[in-house]
Amino acid sequence: MVKEKLEEIRQKAIASIEEANDADSLNDIRVKIFGKKGEFTQVQKGMKDVAPEDRPKVGAMINEARAAIEEKMTEAREKMQQKALEERLKRETIDVTLPAKKNKIGHRHPNTIALEEVEKIFIGMGFDVVEGPEIEKDYYNFEALNIPANHPAKDEQDTFYINKDILLRTQTSPVQVRQMEAKKPPIRMIAPGRVFRADEVDATHSPSFHQIEGMVIDKGITFSDLKGTLEMFVHKLFGEDTRVKFRPHHFPFTEPSAEMDVSCFKCGGKGCRFCKGEGWIEILGCGMVHPKVLRMSGIDPDVYSGFAFGVGLERIALLKYEIDDMRLLYENDIRFLQQF
Amino acid sequence: MRTSLKWLQSMVPGLTNDPQKFCDAMTLSGSKVEFYTVLNKDLDKIVIGQVKKIEKHPDADHLVICQVDVGDKTIQIVTGAQNVFEGAKVPVVLDGGKVAGGHDGSKTPGGITIKKGKLRGVESDGMMCSIEELGSSREVFPDAPVNGLYIMDDDAPVGADAVAYLGLDDVVIEYEITSNRVDCFSIIGLAREAAATFGLPFNPPEVKEVGDDDDVNKYISVDVENHDLCKRYTARVVKNIHLAPSPKWMQERLRSQGIRPINNIVDITNYVMEEYGQPMHAYDLDTIAGHKIVVKNATDGEKFVTLDGKEHELDKDMLMICDGEKPVGLAGIMGGENSMITDDVKTMLFESACFDGTNIRLSAKRLGTRTEASGIFEKGLDPNNAIDAMNRACDLVEELGAGEVVGGVIDIYPEKVNPWRVKFEPDHINAYLGTDIPKEQQLKYLQKIELGYDEKTEELIIPTFRQDLLSFADISEEVARFYGYANVATTLPKTSATAGGKSYKMEIEDIARDVAEYCGFSQAYCYSFESKKVFDKLLLPADAPERAAIEIANPLGEDFSIMRTLSLNGILTSLSTNFNRRNENVSLYELGNIYIAKSLPLTELPDERMQFTLGSYGDGEDFYSMKGVVEEFLDRVGMVDKVTYDPSNKRPYLHPGRCADVVYDGEVIGYLGELHPTVAKNYDIKDRVYVAVIDMPYIVKFANFEKKYTGIANFPASTRDLSLVMPKKTLAGDVEKIFYAEGGDYLESVKLFDVYEGAQVADGYKSISYRLTFRANDRSLSDTDVNTAMDAILNRLESMDVTLRS
Repeated sequence: MVKEKLEEIRQKAIASIEEANDADSLNDIRVKIFGKKGEFTQVQKGMKDVAPEDRPKVGAMINEARAAIEEKMTEAREKMQQKALEERLKRETIDVTLPAKKNKIGHRHPNTIALEEVEKIFIGMGFDVVEGPEIEKDYYNFEALNIPANHPAKDEQDTFYINKDILLRTQTSPVQVRQMEAKKPPIRMIAPGRVFRADEVDATHSPSFHQIEGMVIDKGITFSDLKGTLEMFVHKLFGEDTRVKFRPHHFPFTEPSAEMDVSCFKCGGKGCRFCKGEGWIEILGCGMVHPKVLRMSGIDPDVYSGFAFGVGLERIALLKYEIDDMRLLYENDIRFLQQF
Repeated sequence: MRTSLKWLQSMVPGLTNDPQKFCDAMTLSGSKVEFYTVLNKDLDKIVIGQVKKIEKHPDADHLVICQVDVGDKTIQIVTGAQNVFEGAKVPVVLDGGKVAGGHDGSKTPGGITIKKGKLRGVESDGMMCSIEELGSSREVFPDAPVNGLYIMDDDAPVGADAVAYLGLDDVVIEYEITSNRVDCFSIIGLAREAAATFGLPFNPPEVKEVGDDDDVNKYISVDVENHDLCKRYTARVVKNIHLAPSPKWMQERLRSQGIRPINNIVDITNYVMEEYGQPMHAYDLDTIAGHKIVVKNATDGEKFVTLDGKEHELDKDMLMICDGEKPVGLAGIMGGENSMITDDVKTMLFESACFDGTNIRLSAKRLGTRTEASGIFEKGLDPNNAIDAMNRACDLVEELGAGEVVGGVIDIYPEKVNPWRVKFEPDHINAYLGTDIPKEQQLKYLQKIELGYDEKTEELIIPTFRQDLLSFADISEEVARFYGYANVATTLPKTSATAGGKSYKMEIEDIARDVAEYCGFSQAYCYSFESKKVFDKLLLPADAPERAAIEIANPLGEDFSIMRTLSLNGILTSLSTNFNRRNENVSLYELGNIYIAKSLPLTELPDERMQFTLGSYGDGEDFYSMKGVVEEFLDRVGMVDKVTYDPSNKRPYLHPGRCADVVYDGEVIGYLGELHPTVAKNYDIKDRVYVAVIDMPYIVKFANFEKKYTGIANFPASTRDLSLVMPKKTLAGDVEKIFYAEGGDYLESVKLFDVYEGAQVADGYKSISYRLTFRANDRSLSDTDVNTAMDAILNRLESMDVTLRS
């Protein structure tokens, strides 16, 4: 009797659960079956009328039926939730091609980007990055670099003077001297910084620009070390295929001195508008530190030797980023800066 | 410096004709070639023709028909040239030949091909040429007419190559000679280099000793008063001068150097100047009073007229050439009008001297008269070259028949410069260069450039024209450049390892850059010098300490005349540029020095202080967004906790109600604020501008990168929200100080969540709401704990007229 009743409830419940299509109707079904006055509850209440010896059996039947119905309900609920989630995801589809919401991030100046590349290369080779004063003593800018008084290189046409002893440094080379005075070899340094020369502003000149000085001092440093170091630098900066050419030159503070050209990275050396048909681009001046300079800075040239070089930072930035007018570097037009 | 390739070839037999090969090799051995010009590059099939017959053109008044003998035949040429005449010898370009350009002097790259054709119906088989069409100019062919055919001399062989005859079959090479190589400012010097570069013989001109039985001392005496400025003075006399054009070969060589031939005497001085690199001067001896030359300093205020007709005021540091009565020349710069050679010259005094380079340079500069001679002298010449040049010039005088050289030389040379010695250290050179060049090979290079060698002492003997060779390093360069820089191996230093890296200061600057960029600021580069007007633009009062700027003695103009003492102008100028180019929402930062003098005028180097300067205008920018950037940076350098903002320092360039000094532990480390509207106007920016400046040395001093883990709270926090009413002028920062002072150990954080001014609070008051969070590490706080703290806070606030909002 109870068994039949239970089976009937179970059949009906499962049928209605299968028909239910939302959470509310599922809830109604639950109330109708398991609620206080629910059909199932009624059957449970009828337990008291069951003979005691049958109760375990009937009890088991009730539990089994209940479990079956509840399982079905859970299954139905999960299905519904899954369906609802799928609908939501479908509803929330967006147009991914609409513009991005960007954080406003600033741009680094091309000079700094170029400088950081150079610094990275030399730091990797064990060089310290050091600095020196921009307003400098005549002694460090000239005399200690083997440029004596009345040397044409000291001509006022190129140098901004504050007074006869103090000037705006025309090169980063004085940092060489300051480092040699301050440190014992081995020294490996680069010294980037601002320098000043009395050039009117135009597409290729600025009264203020930047150089990167480099110097290595130790026992047994050779001219071939200079070549090897700078060649490695160029390969890292402009690519492994870049060729270098060293030409004899003259700087008062190095001997032998050289200028270094690199094969045009635009045409590979065939000659183009970029390299003015030469196939080569002049990139830096270098040489073995003059023994006189070593001695003046307190380093014994009979024990130590070294090389030094100077690169124009703007020159590298202009070449690397194909900037055709130096004035752009100091105008700070945001449309220019945003390209870096 | 420039040289004709042919002239070099005359001293270096076998020297290549291939200009590219020549220039590449010279550049690599140290004589850098800037460029070269092949004079006959665009000339072809041009011969010497002679006009035999001229007839009128039947249909054109301005044209004539010429029958021209071109050697193997006679051709008919129609021309419009006015100066054509029967018998004239002219350059003729034949059918299919090329000229370099038009007769107006314009050049056509690749040349212009001339073809047979008809001119107004009459056959014309070629073209007769002007000097310009041959790619040259009246500057070096002064005998060419302004507008017309170039008429060649009577000796020109009809039918021969006209280009070669005029000496235009040459290459002109332009070099960039470095200042240490004075010897290379001469044909001889570069020929010596070329011979060494190509391993060819070097044959400098052979100079014959000339001079008659007469004695120069009968004509002139020389007294050098200032030997420091005149190291050597040589003089010779030429009598019975016969002025005439110089011969064709000399004219050609002068032309190839870009020098206009004038007459034999002038041409000889110019020729020797090019060949020897020694400036010479010629005086009309009959104008020299007392037959006496005195070399001495001028007196202050003395006036002197140079041969270009210009009057100069002299000073006591200038060296003068004087005669018995008066000055006759500015030594080494320019001769005087009163003693110059004229067409009537009978007897001439030749001067070849060695003056002090620095003195000549400074004098020429003060006089504003830099001549070719002074440009050479200022490099500092070899006194031994002076006599060689003198003898060469006299030899040429005789050779050209320009006069009779009087016997004897006056030579005032009290301190003779002799060749000096430098130890030859081939092993050391190899060790220095990183090479393995045999000793004999090294010596060969050095002997090629005329260094002597004393085998006994193993010393090199340096000729005096190589003033740059003084030590071991100099010799090593000579070896290296003839061995070839390219042949030196590439190695890396085999030295003790060094770690490498940036300084602490630079690392902090990198942090500043990162923060600025993450916050939307792009990097600007600004000038270190600016105008004094900047101080007015920034409304700085007359006594502002910022006005004590270092001045540049020789600035490029007022705009670049002082070293900046504050950094704002750079960033404001850049913002202004952007604003006026209609760039919207611009935020820029700069890292650059200001220069603070310890005392003025400057006696020691100033304090160079790196400034981190930020500036921005546009949507969404306000005081607090700028403050946010500053705090972000101070947070990254571990300083934000101790930073306070003090609005009491009113900087004239900032909005008085929207500015603050950034204070760390009692030190002002920077400032920020809205730009004063008047300053914005001065910079032509019609928007609110926000700026911040951080004085980086303070950051380097105070930055703290120590980090320690303090645990994560395990116990719940208690929070209290409170809305406070206070007078408008009360600073939130001061209220927050009370929170922290009175809040006890458990106060974890204070967060402002609302600021209100308006109808809900009394006039002159504002309301600020905070959430205070309390927490203990070891237990859950009781209400009593928190209330005690809150009572203490509220008590203190009450005394500041800050009360709970009801």
